[in-house]
Amino acid sequence: MVPLNYYLVLSGILFAIGTTGVFLRRNLITVMLSIEIMLNAVNLTFVAVGRYIGTVDGQIITFFVMTVAAAEAAVGLAIVIALFRHRETLSPDAFTSLKW
Amino acid sequence: MTMEIFAFFVFAFIAIVASVIVIGQGNPMYSVMSLIGSFGALAGLYVLLDAPFTAVTQIIIYAGAIMVLFLFVVMLLNVPREEPLPPSPIVKILGPTGVKLGALLSALFAAEIVWALSRIGTGSFAEGQAESLSSVRNIGRALFTEHAFAFEATSVLILVAMVGAVVLARKEH
Repeated sequence: MVPLNYYLVLSGILFAIGTTGVFLRRNLITVMLSIEIMLNAVNLTFVAVGRYIGTVDGQIITFFVMTVAAAEAAVGLAIVIALFRHRETLSPDAFTSLKW
Repeated sequence: MTMEIFAFFVFAFIAIVASVIVIGQGNPMYSVMSLIGSFGALAGLYVLLDAPFTAVTQIIIYAGAIMVLFLFVVMLLNVPREEPLPPSPIVKILGPTGVKLGALLSALFAAEIVWALSRIGTGSFAEGQAESLSSVRNIGRALFTEHAFAFEATSVLILVAMVGAVVLARKEH
């Protein structure tokens, strides 16, 4: 078996990549993709630790995280479409006012 | 033994490289495509972790459903390429010293993580008993008995998300 540490380090690297994407990208869709990377990094930790301590709960919570990610993607992309209709851009800097 | 380690490094390499491509270039189309590759590699890692159900769910839900949603939106919006980042006021204030400070803090943080991981040992998995543990039967039983409330709450969440998405993306007139 591959040791648990390898999975934790890989998960940390993926989470760091996702965080970097959220901070650096100027495109709402790429930012949401970076959030998906972070969610997947956490999922990997859940499954690895669940396997390590010998319960099935890690996979259960991964299942719930996937469901919430699907809901988040649906609502978030709907918001992105609505914003794009108003401003013709996806840069987060263009969306600083609550009402226009 | 060595085969598993080799497979782990192959999947980990694919996952990291694909994720870097996701955030590393400006075309959202390529980002979505390489994220699908990253999810496939993660599904391989789940198989290595004796979690075949999660691996299949990862492929079907993430690579299948969510990424198709993203692809659809990218094509629908005909997203323009990202405009280059204007220099932010924070960078102007801090200057190269701030960048050096950030690099120093990141290096310290990485060293701290390496130190912490070396303290807890390698964390070997217990052998055996895993196949029976992560079977679909056990997952289903846990899902519908212990976690039944969360499961039902999730169904309400999905309904709300569906209605919300339809309302938000509707054309106003």
